[in-house]
Amino acid sequence: MFDDRYTLAYRLYPYARHADQDKAAPVRHPVVVMGGGPVGVATALDLGAQGIPVVVLDDHEGVGMGSRAICFAKRSLEIADRYGAGKPMVDKGVVWNLGKVFHKEDKVFEFNLLPEEGHEFPAFINLQQPYFESFMIERLFEMQKAGAPVEIRGKNRIDNVTVKDGHVVLEVMTPDGPYTMEADWLIGCDGANSPLRNMLGHDFKGKVFQDSFLIADIKMINESFPTERWFWFEPSHGSGASTLLHRQPDDVWRVDFQIGWDVDRKEEMKEENIRRRLDAFLGEGVEYEMVWSSIYTFQCKRMEKFRHGPVIFAGDAAHQVSPFGARGANSGMQDIDNLGWKLGLVIAGKAPESLLDSYNMERVHGADENILNSTRATDFITPKSEISHIFRNAVLELSEHCEFARPLVNSGRLSLPCVYDGSPLNSADGLPQAPERTRPGAPCPDAPLGEGFLLPKLGGTFTLLTLDAEAPESFEESGVTVTRLALSAKDDPTGALAARYLGEAKSGVYLIRPDQHVAARRDRFDENLFRTALRRATGKE
Amino acid sequence: MSTLTLTPNIKGGDDFYEELLGAHDGLSKDESDSYNARLILILANHIGTREVLSEAIIAAKRIK
Repeated sequence: MFDDRYTLAYRLYPYARHADQDKAAPVRHPVVVMGGGPVGVATALDLGAQGIPVVVLDDHEGVGMGSRAICFAKRSLEIADRYGAGKPMVDKGVVWNLGKVFHKEDKVFEFNLLPEEGHEFPAFINLQQPYFESFMIERLFEMQKAGAPVEIRGKNRIDNVTVKDGHVVLEVMTPDGPYTMEADWLIGCDGANSPLRNMLGHDFKGKVFQDSFLIADIKMINESFPTERWFWFEPSHGSGASTLLHRQPDDVWRVDFQIGWDVDRKEEMKEENIRRRLDAFLGEGVEYEMVWSSIYTFQCKRMEKFRHGPVIFAGDAAHQVSPFGARGANSGMQDIDNLGWKLGLVIAGKAPESLLDSYNMERVHGADENILNSTRATDFITPKSEISHIFRNAVLELSEHCEFARPLVNSGRLSLPCVYDGSPLNSADGLPQAPERTRPGAPCPDAPLGEGFLLPKLGGTFTLLTLDAEAPESFEESGVTVTRLALSAKDDPTGALAARYLGEAKSGVYLIRPDQHVAARRDRFDENLFRTALRRATGKE
Repeated sequence: MSTLTLTPNIKGGDDFYEELLGAHDGLSKDESDSYNARLILILANHIGTREVLSEAIIAAKRIK
């Protein structure tokens, strides 16, 4: 009756009978999260830090096996750091900058990503998903010990949901049998196959790609491969139509073979057949152990709307992309970054419910951007027609000798946070002489200060960042408080702060949202304008 | 704002045409297809201006 659908890597929250199960009447909770994956746990960390009670219900008792997502982008690390879980991820993760592209027999070119200086976190790290999840769950337990109202219940499976006027009723199955609970808000973080989405009959539209990929995570024995990303188009050794090799922590390597659409999955998953591909790719005599393997196909799809009254969807449940560009888990983290503060303000009665519609608008925009990028990468990697194959190979052939063709090679464009251009929460740009990258709607780029970095000083609440400008230390507008962060040239040892936030401007005042996105900016503080901007950013204009 | 030139612009057009076709001499259909694709990409990069490229992509569709 309660079998695991997958093997656990770590059993972190074994089922324990909860007092709710013995109550005569269903207990009402402000927020229930369906799904204990990275997105569900992030929801608990975000709301828990605001003091809002959250119950996460997971149908398993811990973190699933298999690395699945392996590439976590800077923005996800910055968000995790705001939740207090970012640093252990970086300590454990592998940072790489050198990538090599091969076509048939030859290496066609290599590239160094040369990430921009002056950021606390690297452009991205490779880290097995179970580690990423574990660090966040450990943080959740830490918060719980410190008294935050967060909890996660293992083997609590939601079997039925009824949406009432302003709340939802949940039928929850446990190893001890069913119980009923109620929630003011239900957050669906239950993955790409979202049972919640199906229970409520919501659509999920897009494109299915006719190809499958075989992932093998292997541990090298006595071999040291360099910390580089290798992408091999049409490898002549016959391991597949394309092959990706990527390093993860613990000397584990991810090898990803494109094996075509009409394959016998059972046959392909046999260890001897996986080893045949691996041996062809790695060459004779390379010793390795198999850690985990899986075959996946993918789709680029999204729900039309991420919010349906008191039910809100996030992560893969709301949108699914191909893995190229690492936009799955990374975009799920950005969903919660966006949703957390808005839901917090609505629950605290400090913002109208309509603020949540901006979550839908901004993150649909983000999902569309991710779907566009990952579809383009997929079309390059697996050309759909004879002519697209001809052009793809022409790009690869040219890239060996002609520099211009290299940027056209698309084996995945790494996830960058999306700019919420056109969002109703933005005020018109009052500082156009400052760089575009910090325009209203943009995520704040990090910068080194005299001590530490800028981003840890932003976020969680609204901040008024002043750069060589006067402003009050704080102000309050219809229940929402803004606190000033005053910086000047002396806090900017490298000049990166001025380069990123001032450009040609002499001074700047930025209103920054709790998710570290810019809401408004001007050259100086004007009380009326910033009060209006704050009302606008909280859905009151 | 540059726009796509659709009036005669190549001096010695016959020479050019002969050279273009000559490049395909001895190539198989597959090799010619690949060659054409590489040539289009090289020319497109040389032009560089995004709007002109879009105009060219549309113009080649229309003139049939």
